Amino acid sequence: MAYDKFNILTSTAVPLPLENVDTDQIIPARFLKATKREGFGDNLFRDWRYNNDNTPKESFVLNNPIYSGKILVGGKNFGSGSSREHAAWAVYDYGFRCVVSSFFADIFRNNCLNVGVLPVQVSPEFSEKIFEEIYKDANTEIEINLPNQTITILSTGAQESFEINSYKKENMLNGFDDIDYLQNMKDEIQSFADKLML
Amino acid sequence: MSSTLFDKVWDSHVVRQIKGGPDVLFIDRHFIHEVTSPVAFLGLKNRGLKVMYPERTFATADHNTPTMNQHLPVQDPLSANQLKALEDNSKAHGISHWGLGHEKNGIVHVIGPENGITFPGATIVCGDSHTSTHGAFGAIAFGIGTSEVEMVLSTQCIMQPKPKKMRINLKGQLGLGVTPKDVALYIISQLTTSGATGYFVEYAGDVFENMSMEGRMTVCNMSIEMGARGGMVAPDETTFKYLKDKPLSLKGEAWDEAVAHWKTLKTDPEATFDKDLTFDASVIEPMITYGTNPGMGMGISKNIPKADSLEGGVATYKKSLEYMGYEENESMLGKKVDYVFLGSCTNGRIEDFRAFASIVKGRKKAANITAWLVPGSHEVQEKIKKEGLLDIINEAGFVLRQPGCSACLAMNDDKVPAGKYAVSTSNRNFEGRQGPGSRTLLASPLMAAAAAVTGIVTDPRDLI
Repeated sequence: MAYDKFNILTSTAVPLPLENVDTDQIIPARFLKATKREGFGDNLFRDWRYNNDNTPKESFVLNNPIYSGKILVGGKNFGSGSSREHAAWAVYDYGFRCVVSSFFADIFRNNCLNVGVLPVQVSPEFSEKIFEEIYKDANTEIEINLPNQTITILSTGAQESFEINSYKKENMLNGFDDIDYLQNMKDEIQSFADKLML
Repeated sequence: MSSTLFDKVWDSHVVRQIKGGPDVLFIDRHFIHEVTSPVAFLGLKNRGLKVMYPERTFATADHNTPTMNQHLPVQDPLSANQLKALEDNSKAHGISHWGLGHEKNGIVHVIGPENGITFPGATIVCGDSHTSTHGAFGAIAFGIGTSEVEMVLSTQCIMQPKPKKMRINLKGQLGLGVTPKDVALYIISQLTTSGATGYFVEYAGDVFENMSMEGRMTVCNMSIEMGARGGMVAPDETTFKYLKDKPLSLKGEAWDEAVAHWKTLKTDPEATFDKDLTFDASVIEPMITYGTNPGMGMGISKNIPKADSLEGGVATYKKSLEYMGYEENESMLGKKVDYVFLGSCTNGRIEDFRAFASIVKGRKKAANITAWLVPGSHEVQEKIKKEGLLDIINEAGFVLRQPGCSACLAMNDDKVPAGKYAVSTSNRNFEGRQGPGSRTLLASPLMAAAAAVTGIVTDPRDLI
């Protein structure tokens, strides 16, 4: 099993309503030098989270004790830029299991699905509703129901469906990954490769 | 049935279609480097797996490497550790490794094409988003994450839903001083950084047909910056001429057979795209960015847009200008510059150095400028010397460094200090991209050269 299974997640959420949050902000390049997948959560949003002298920036949401939970709610075009999977590792390692946004960058979305973070894409209107409710009450709980593919703001009952392809959904529910799947296809791959010119 | 270039290449590589799921896509060429591969190799080890086709994988050291004194041991212990891991992993799995000091070492997206590893109709991946560069050859090339690197190492396949298709037509003539980099920055400024998300782009029309291979690589390289998985240009005589006789290109009859096949790799006249856009080349000026993503760019004669002219995201926009220290409605001409970076997988090729040299020839480096001129590979470095460009560069007061990714992502010592401004030929101007607190203005090699000799943001057309 590559990561913890995902089924129904009910949690408070952390709001980060900025657009175009790129993976260089999620984890700056200088923290990509590890040869093991450990400790990336400490450097999640490093330069937005800490001053140069390593003291926390009070204005950044991860340093605000009011907000916590396993859901990160970002703005439009979340995760653009570099293909570094370290960004998804940092999100997972910090303790988030789900990122909600009205729009995700492709590679970041893929990386999340491969490491056990569920990317939930909602409409811009629903995204606004979530921010509104969290800012009204930081204890607002959100339910992410993967089997039913729904996201619900529990205090208001507002609900929306989200898309995920059935294969990836199965993987997330079972904690499997693509490598497990591909290992069983090796003969088929071999005979495919034998027919190629180059 | 009519199909697009993208369909032809993609469909011929599908090993299995999963109902309601992704396609299992066979990968012809896999590039790896020191940063995104160690954890993948560790994964293989933990699962007890081997590399299925080591001869289809190529390793190079580039993201972390110093650009001076490469003959000495790498000072940063973490970088040295990653470089060693790449070397050891390559050796253990029988993968060809062009490490630091190797005559073929260089940036992954520069050495692939110049050695003929990249070819038309191929599927190519690498744990680096700018893998889209190789699309210039009519290949499907895209960046992947480390889990996917592990997948490709162990099975030579990747699992991906087939993206939607977009065609970007560019018609007309490019003006004086307008380079492929300006074309890329212009299209991204029109589409925004998310405008092509979910799509694979084909670049079509006379401007791309007339463009050099290196220019096509620059444009395809930047495809990722508008959110696309990749971009491609149909292979033609320019492509074949570039690849012929490269060290790893096919030879003799096999070459002729391949070319005959590659000539079929073009979009059929009746084929349709999910999105088809057309731009007029004649309106494109030399471009420069003023903000903190590659979509925040404009023609050099324009002013920074006003926040109230935007459709949304005003808070993000204002944060961006504040970071850059700019105001709405300002001109970029005459703005202070501290650093100039020529290099990266976007603009570290020989044509970029020719362009830079054409401006600095007979002029002198401005006293306030620190310039980092970093060739994309040893081969580029050698050509710079052979063509006499090094003399021009040196006479103007510049120093040539050694190949690598360098200040593009500042994983080595080439970091722009906090608060300083860099005119950069690289691909990203994100906050802190070229060093914590650094401020990046993306531009072409001509614009970089103009800033390097005047010390301020300058329209390169004034110096041609």
